[in-house]
Amino acid sequence: MAIRTDERVPLARQLVRAVPFPAGAGMARMLVERNFRSFRRTWSIIVSGFFEPVFFLFAMGVGIGAMVGDIDLGDGRTVPYGVFVAPALLASSAMNGAVFDSTTNVFFKLKYAKLYDSVLATPLGPRDVAVGEIGWALLRGLAYSGAFLAVAAAAGTVRSWWALAAVPAATLIGWAFASVGMASATYMRTWADFDWIQLAIMPMFLFSATFFPLTTYPDVLQWVVQATPLYHGVAMTRELMLGEITTAMAGHVAYLVAMGLVGTVWTAGRVERLLLR
Amino acid sequence: MKWGDVRTGEYLLPVLDAPLILARGLVKTFGDFVAVDGIDVEVRRGESFGFLGPNGAGKSSTMRMIGCVSPPSGGTLQVLGMDPATDGPRIRARLGVVPQRDSLDEELTVEENLWVYGRYFGLPRHVVRERARQLLEFAQLTDRADSVVEPLSGGMKRRLTIARGLVNEPEILLLDEPTTGLDPQARHVLWDRLFRLKREGVTLVLTTHYMDEAEQLCDRLVVMDRGRIVAEGSPRELIARHSTREVLELRFDADDHAQHLAGVDGIADRVEVLADRLLLYVRDGEAAHSEVVRRGLEPLSALVRRSTLEDVFLHLTGRSLVD
Ligand SMILES: Nc1ncnc2c1ncn2[C@@H]1O[C@H](COP(=O)(O)OP(=O)(O)O)[C@@H](O)[C@H]1O
Ligand SMILES: [Mg+2]
Repeated sequence: MAIRTDERVPLARQLVRAVPFPAGAGMARMLVERNFRSFRRTWSIIVSGFFEPVFFLFAMGVGIGAMVGDIDLGDGRTVPYGVFVAPALLASSAMNGAVFDSTTNVFFKLKYAKLYDSVLATPLGPRDVAVGEIGWALLRGLAYSGAFLAVAAAAGTVRSWWALAAVPAATLIGWAFASVGMASATYMRTWADFDWIQLAIMPMFLFSATFFPLTTYPDVLQWVVQATPLYHGVAMTRELMLGEITTAMAGHVAYLVAMGLVGTVWTAGRVERLLLR
Repeated sequence: MKWGDVRTGEYLLPVLDAPLILARGLVKTFGDFVAVDGIDVEVRRGESFGFLGPNGAGKSSTMRMIGCVSPPSGGTLQVLGMDPATDGPRIRARLGVVPQRDSLDEELTVEENLWVYGRYFGLPRHVVRERARQLLEFAQLTDRADSVVEPLSGGMKRRLTIARGLVNEPEILLLDEPTTGLDPQARHVLWDRLFRLKREGVTLVLTTHYMDEAEQLCDRLVVMDRGRIVAEGSPRELIARHSTREVLELRFDADDHAQHLAGVDGIADRVEVLADRLLLYVRDGEAAHSEVVRRGLEPLSALVRRSTLEDVFLHLTGRSLVD
């Protein structure tokens, strides 16, 4: 019987609201805006996110590359080591950045700053929190990978205009890892628990056909490597930066999209479980 | 015959009369523990409604259910005529929330806290900017606009939290223990702000374990204890119904004040024994005191005061509000 002073809700927002689980108001971008505001005071982090892969590129690609010389891609083609390793550095820095941002950031806000308690008192719901935080991690990742690509091109390790597509590709990698990373962060009790995340990240960084080709491994290990998400990220980025797209691309993209979706829904579900009791 | 007319009148104005908050048999459990045990609540537009009760009574749990951030475990709940389970975002868009613990955004400045919070409600930037300016004035924080939140005093943080809760011009403002932990002066400044809101017609719903706060701010309140509502009414009604007009407090030189019960027998309607004094519930405190003196009792001190909600609570539960 009460008066419904129905504010005019845009159609898009109504549609997003209609997606049943977990609840959200389709206003995740407001959280991105909030993060941007607070970030202007802590911008130094972005600098490290950019320099790390650039340092690796020069140490590995240029330094070690001079000793290694050309490298066999496994199908008879050879490329300079720098060309081989640059896409892998882009992919793994997208992973590292996304995981670091999403886990530490979210853990801090969840445990100490209690940010989401006040956010959830507004129309925003758990899904907005998940999408907003993951989206923010991706925006930062986009800035990192764009800058890295420019440096990689300047260093002569880019072979094709397809390389431009490596930036959205890195964002896809970022989504997959940020979302699963964020969901994991909701299980953390202390900062010490973050060592477990490092334990998962480090071997992937070293062994996902990052620094040497997949064919280096014995058959069994090749299967293990191909099961990990970073392998698909690296392979996808490498195809793009070399400008040689194969049908395997569809598999890489599908793997990472599935991971991103699962991670996002999982994160939103966890936020709901933890805060809306 | 008159009643019929009045009822028709009610039916003609259903909208004005519809309660903003309506709970029936509302329950909240955490595992096996029952925090809110079947309460009935009705809050009407423009009134100032309170939940008075000691720590652990279930006040915050109730407020969180009303604020649509905690799903009820049983019973029914309607807020602004809608169901929190299905219309959470739409209800929250029209509520202002001041949680028990300040949850200000410490990474932002005072003013940014208001802007950003307003944006969560989807308000356009120019609106948010204008409201932030007004609210800073309301919260007497204009000169601290660019400060970060952390160094603010407890009272300032509380005022900022209230200002933040007003940024969407809510129809109901939910205040969970608005002045707990503040010094007396800061409390009075805060009460003054809340009075102003009340005069402007904002519906206030607050919880408190301070009887003076409840008496000052609430038009109507429920007394809560262990998840249940034990009494309901205006502060004055509650005192009239559950206590006497005056109270005579007697302090004796004794370890157990119960030993003086026999001495005061018959003087009061009712006597409560506390650890350090006897409370005699009487209509006329001075007369009772004269009688005490006449009987030759020699208390260390005697004090006559008016009954308060504290006395109501003591009478209803046998315990005091603040331990
Ligand atoms: N999230 C929770 N999990 C378990 N128990 C809770 C939770 N929240 C509150 N309680 C318990 O419910 C009871 C009522 O708490 P609360 O509603 O905070 O009371 P009040 O606000 O009146 O002090 C307390 O005993 C408290 O320990
Ligand atoms: Mg409480």
